[in-house]
Amino acid sequence: MKLSLPEEELMNSGHLACQGCGATLAMRYVLKALGQKTALCIPACCWSVIDGPFPYSCLDVPIYHCAFETAAISAAGVKAGLEMVGDKETTVVAWAGDGGTFDIGIQALSGVAERNDDIIYICYDNEAYMNTGTQRSSATPYGAWTTTTPIKHFKDRPKKDIVAIMAAHRIPYIATASVGYPEDLVKKVKKAKETKGTRFIHIYAPCPSGWKSRPEDTVKLSRMVVQNAIFPLYEIEWGEKYTLNLKLKDKKPIDDYLRLQGRFLHLTEKNIAFMQGEVDKKWSRLLEQVDGKPAS
Amino acid sequence: MPDKMHLHGRGGKMRKVIMGNHALSFGAMLARVQVISAYPITPQTQVVELLSEMCADKTLDAEFIKVESEHSAMAACLGASLAGARTFTATSAQGLTLMHELLHWASGGRLPVVMGNINRSMAPGWSIWTDQNDSLSQRDTGWIQYYCSSNQEVVDTVIQAFKVSEKLLIPSMVVLDAFTLSHTYEVVDLPEQKKVDEYLPPFKPPIRLTPDEPHAFGGLTSPDHYFELRYKLQKDMEKAPALIEETGKEYEKIFGRYLGLVDDYCCHDADLILITSGTMGSTARVAVDELRQQDVKAGNLRIKVFRPFPFEKVRNIVKGAEKIAVVDRNISYGHHGIFYQEVKSSLYGQDGSPPVFGFIAGLGGRDITPSTFKEIAQHALEKEKPDEEIIWIGVKQ
Amino acid sequence: MKKKKEPQKIVFKSEKDFPLMPMSVGSMLFNKTGAWRNIKPTIDLEKCIQCGICWKFCPDVAIIIENEWPVVDYDYCKGCGICAEECPTKCISMVEEEK
Repeated sequence: MKLSLPEEELMNSGHLACQGCGATLAMRYVLKALGQKTALCIPACCWSVIDGPFPYSCLDVPIYHCAFETAAISAAGVKAGLEMVGDKETTVVAWAGDGGTFDIGIQALSGVAERNDDIIYICYDNEAYMNTGTQRSSATPYGAWTTTTPIKHFKDRPKKDIVAIMAAHRIPYIATASVGYPEDLVKKVKKAKETKGTRFIHIYAPCPSGWKSRPEDTVKLSRMVVQNAIFPLYEIEWGEKYTLNLKLKDKKPIDDYLRLQGRFLHLTEKNIAFMQGEVDKKWSRLLEQVDGKPAS
Repeated sequence: MPDKMHLHGRGGKMRKVIMGNHALSFGAMLARVQVISAYPITPQTQVVELLSEMCADKTLDAEFIKVESEHSAMAACLGASLAGARTFTATSAQGLTLMHELLHWASGGRLPVVMGNINRSMAPGWSIWTDQNDSLSQRDTGWIQYYCSSNQEVVDTVIQAFKVSEKLLIPSMVVLDAFTLSHTYEVVDLPEQKKVDEYLPPFKPPIRLTPDEPHAFGGLTSPDHYFELRYKLQKDMEKAPALIEETGKEYEKIFGRYLGLVDDYCCHDADLILITSGTMGSTARVAVDELRQQDVKAGNLRIKVFRPFPFEKVRNIVKGAEKIAVVDRNISYGHHGIFYQEVKSSLYGQDGSPPVFGFIAGLGGRDITPSTFKEIAQHALEKEKPDEEIIWIGVKQ
Repeated sequence: MKKKKEPQKIVFKSEKDFPLMPMSVGSMLFNKTGAWRNIKPTIDLEKCIQCGICWKFCPDVAIIIENEWPVVDYDYCKGCGICAEECPTKCISMVEEEK
């Protein structure tokens, strides 16, 4: 039986994630790619709870549960400390949700990226503050319901383009990934592992609880979101060289994707048409960047 | 701009004229810190500038992470400390308070970071001059706090702070007054590196973050467990006074200088004891001399270690006095001066405790001179006991 | 692929038993999350083509490969249904848990 991913499991069962949690799939794949000589810095996020309470853990790698704003810099500190005590091999990873990356953690992330500190920063994006009960973050997409963007005033600002922000820092490696494409995710994380400096990986991770989607749809949503270009799979090296990993011959419309999630069911046709327009614009711009044309 | 003044050989006794901030840098260098992470703030900048030079020319083998805020500075130190490295940072006022969340993290996480803090007044309005509110408002965060009044004391305290912190796994801060100590040049005997290495061996924590023995540090802790973990922190903090004295005596054996928990000047037969801290504690000595010349049996008890508070020492030293005058360069709004509160609480229930006068002086860097102490002494001598709980010295009323 | 041995729930009797800092000393494997589910997957091995997709997409590592065949670990399976949804031959059915 040929398995398409490394066989070793560094994440164990018994953890506290909801049924169908995309964030857990993301962790499982990332650890398969990195191996046991890995240290994680996890700020406040779902994974602070998923890992299990004191005195337990569900991972076979060490974790530093750090303060909310500090994922990136805690990882840089751990890396510096490990190097100074003679461990130059352990890969240090900041593992944060969208809240700890796009919002409260962005200052520390920007600082780390500007200095090109030698860590891998992985953001698993479930598009809201899920751990505290689904409040909006700047990663929440336009149109979504959250508890702080109720239906009568749904999120009316676009999702912050974190990849563009990271590209502006000119770091060696940036990649987007989705748990619907685990082989691609593992390949990218392995590539990141072999690179020095600040590496940023943005992983799309559905949350059935917060998105009001069916738990069994998690992987399906993670494929659809790539195929309709809402979350394309691409890499950026040194902030300049864009590589598209999955060319979309047949870009799918976003309707079917939106329909599978309760957080979008209030949208009118007009809303959806607007959103489709924005996705199309963004996709064209990405294609231009891939072709090497400057952003107009 | 610091020149290569720190490169004058490492062996043998060395006396240098250095400012208080550089005393912190030299202390950290001699302690062979391994990871430094800091953000500039007046009046701390010289600490990190000199450490930057020392790292750049390899006088000090350390990684210096030049972060984008003090919150990140402490966060980096915590990560490095957890990985098993000896860490140091320095800050002041707004920077210290920005780190507040992480000060709790350091003590709760049992991470022995040592930090220099330059006492500077809290904004608003912007002030770069000295008072003690910034560090004293962190008194509940579980850090050992040392208050220095000379540059020699600063160098010696930093080195000893590492030893005590690493033994107890409790972080500590070494506090200097802005400008009156941080920028004042004094002669300092810099300890020999070789001897410091004997006194302070490399940091070897019992547990550290490593894939070789994976743990999850600081996870969700329920009411079933949190209490005991914090009980242990307090119990270990209670060992600090004795440990500080013990390591202080070891230090004295090697380097000839003893620090201890307090500095007792003429208190043994004093009728009026001034209780002070920081640089005003050395100004108070001058005042004590002058008072003695006028036949007033004055004494000065300068408190060097504020946390853990030296209850026993204070009780024993003030036992025989007729009056105590605590001088606070700080205030806890809605209450009193902080040293005043702590002194009073250590005397509560003790038979024959003298009345305690609480003076507030020098906030925002207003100068505290021997005349200030004269006024304080006069006030205390004139009254049987205080008729106000806060006596403001120097406020234009 | 071997399954790891099952660890125990940890009980501290006194403060002396606690580690100095809050840190993990045991595994979450003691926590049998199988108790969470209402529906459970059953695999029809006749239709199974041994593609490994169900193993790949389980968020709870509750499908293991034994002798080249997928086996559900009912101690931990939370019944999310991803395996059934993703199976290319639809040989996994989600059935009601018996009470």
